[in-house]
Amino acid sequence: MKPLINQVQPSTFLGIEANEVCVDYNGTVALYDASLQLKSGSICGLVGMNGAGKSTFFKALMGFVRPSRGTIRINGCTVHKAQKDQIVAYVPQNEGIDCSFPVSVWDVVMMGRYGSMNVFRIPRESDRKAVWHALERVELLELRKRPIGVLSGGQRKRAFLARAIAQRASVLLLDEPFSGVDVRTEKLMSELFLQFRKDGRTILISTHDLSHVRDFCDLVVLINKTVLAYGETSEIFTDENLSMTFGGMHPNVLSGPTPSSEEF
Amino acid sequence: MIDVLCTFNPLNWFVEPLSHEFMRRALMVSALVGGVCGLLSCYMTLKGWALMGDAVSHAVMPGVVVAYALGLPFSIGAFVFGVGSVALIGFVKQKSRIKEDTVIGLVFTGFFALGLVLVSKIKSNIDLMHILFGSPLGISYSDLNQTFIISAIVVTILTLFRRDLMLYCFDPTHARSIGINTGLLHYLLLSVLSLAAVAGLQTVGIILVVAMLITPGATAYLLTDRFDRMTYLAVFSSALSSIIGVYISFWSDIETGGSIVLVQTLIFLLAFLFAPRYGILKSQTSTHL
Repeated sequence: MKPLINQVQPSTFLGIEANEVCVDYNGTVALYDASLQLKSGSICGLVGMNGAGKSTFFKALMGFVRPSRGTIRINGCTVHKAQKDQIVAYVPQNEGIDCSFPVSVWDVVMMGRYGSMNVFRIPRESDRKAVWHALERVELLELRKRPIGVLSGGQRKRAFLARAIAQRASVLLLDEPFSGVDVRTEKLMSELFLQFRKDGRTILISTHDLSHVRDFCDLVVLINKTVLAYGETSEIFTDENLSMTFGGMHPNVLSGPTPSSEEF
Repeated sequence: MIDVLCTFNPLNWFVEPLSHEFMRRALMVSALVGGVCGLLSCYMTLKGWALMGDAVSHAVMPGVVVAYALGLPFSIGAFVFGVGSVALIGFVKQKSRIKEDTVIGLVFTGFFALGLVLVSKIKSNIDLMHILFGSPLGISYSDLNQTFIISAIVVTILTLFRRDLMLYCFDPTHARSIGINTGLLHYLLLSVLSLAAVAGLQTVGIILVVAMLITPGATAYLLTDRFDRMTYLAVFSSALSSIIGVYISFWSDIETGGSIVLVQTLIFLLAFLFAPRYGILKSQTSTHL
């Protein structure tokens, strides 16, 4: 019933909306009452320790885990519909990708177009153009015929970013985009993100590197099992808030004695 | 093997057997099954499902016996038990703390044992050796028809969904994130695996069918970095080794299934040694330089 209303509403909220989202794994609470409203045309940093629920929140936003309570809307749609309509793109960390898989850089970026193709995934001219353009933007055009396995870590990261660009999604979720990249890739990615913001896209970046957040995130979400604080970076980035997020001295958080034990 | 070499006349070696109806049939069905299993083997090796292939191929055994006993096409029984074993593996893994490879080993040996017991108990004209080791030289017309139908289904599915299945093997997270139903793909691939196992059973038998489902893929994987090329190479090497295997089996009077798989293994060894980029001889020279 709710999605119907959302579709009919003339003024749909563009961006990400989470309402009191709770996620638990077999009774263990990973995230509770997480709410945020992230409008389009902004870059938001999702900051928290390992095991604080960042990746859980991401998974919930991507529909990989089902919230036990609460709702998530992306550009006013359910997560599933947003995925089907290619509204949302996810850029993973490199871990978990089989780098000896026999695919070229071009093939990988083309995978970003699959959702827009017919069921047989036969690329049209427009798909090839999108891939070409995306590769150009991440400066990987010359390497397009290389197998994905021979790229360096930073180049690989750019390849997966190109895949998200080729998808032409208006909402981008990036998991630790800056971890383990070279200076060139870092600079290129920061410029791209600023460009995306100008295009009116919504960007959510999960990171534990505070300097990047300070540099170009307009908004920041501090997470420790729930959204501790949320708003303009300048207002939220206070010592008190940060120690609450990272210090672990705050008594009321639910995290156990070993913060990293949740992630495996 | 020695008398093969002594009387070796290449043209005669290939042409003479074709005068026998049973050899024409055996060559056709072996090449077909080889090609089909070769195509699937790309997905099996890339997805890391070798053990799953082993499990499913063994688990179809009771299905074959039951189907014969009930007078059904053996492929239907095999398919039911193949998919059933996979479902059971998933169920036990989810509901217990046992690791996946243990569950796989546990379920498939259980099914296989059930098959053996059923064969010895149910009065039928099933030749256990044919199921275990295959008998392409003695394949019947009805079995031939079933194999054609199975092959057509497997090839159609793998061709239509080849991009989705490739993406599913490479990056299932991305597949999900663009709204592809990965659960469906998972079961589609497993169903195709069950079907291919039934087809492979015809030529090399239950015990060796897993070789058909991984060796060609592994060979091709050493030879190329392009997925499409890998599938062509796997299909080609698999069909070729099936044909050569049947010929060798004919001329030297050895077990056909064993001969086919041995040729496949030899081709793999060649690739392992001499593959342009990934052969061990190549990598040794490049590390010295």
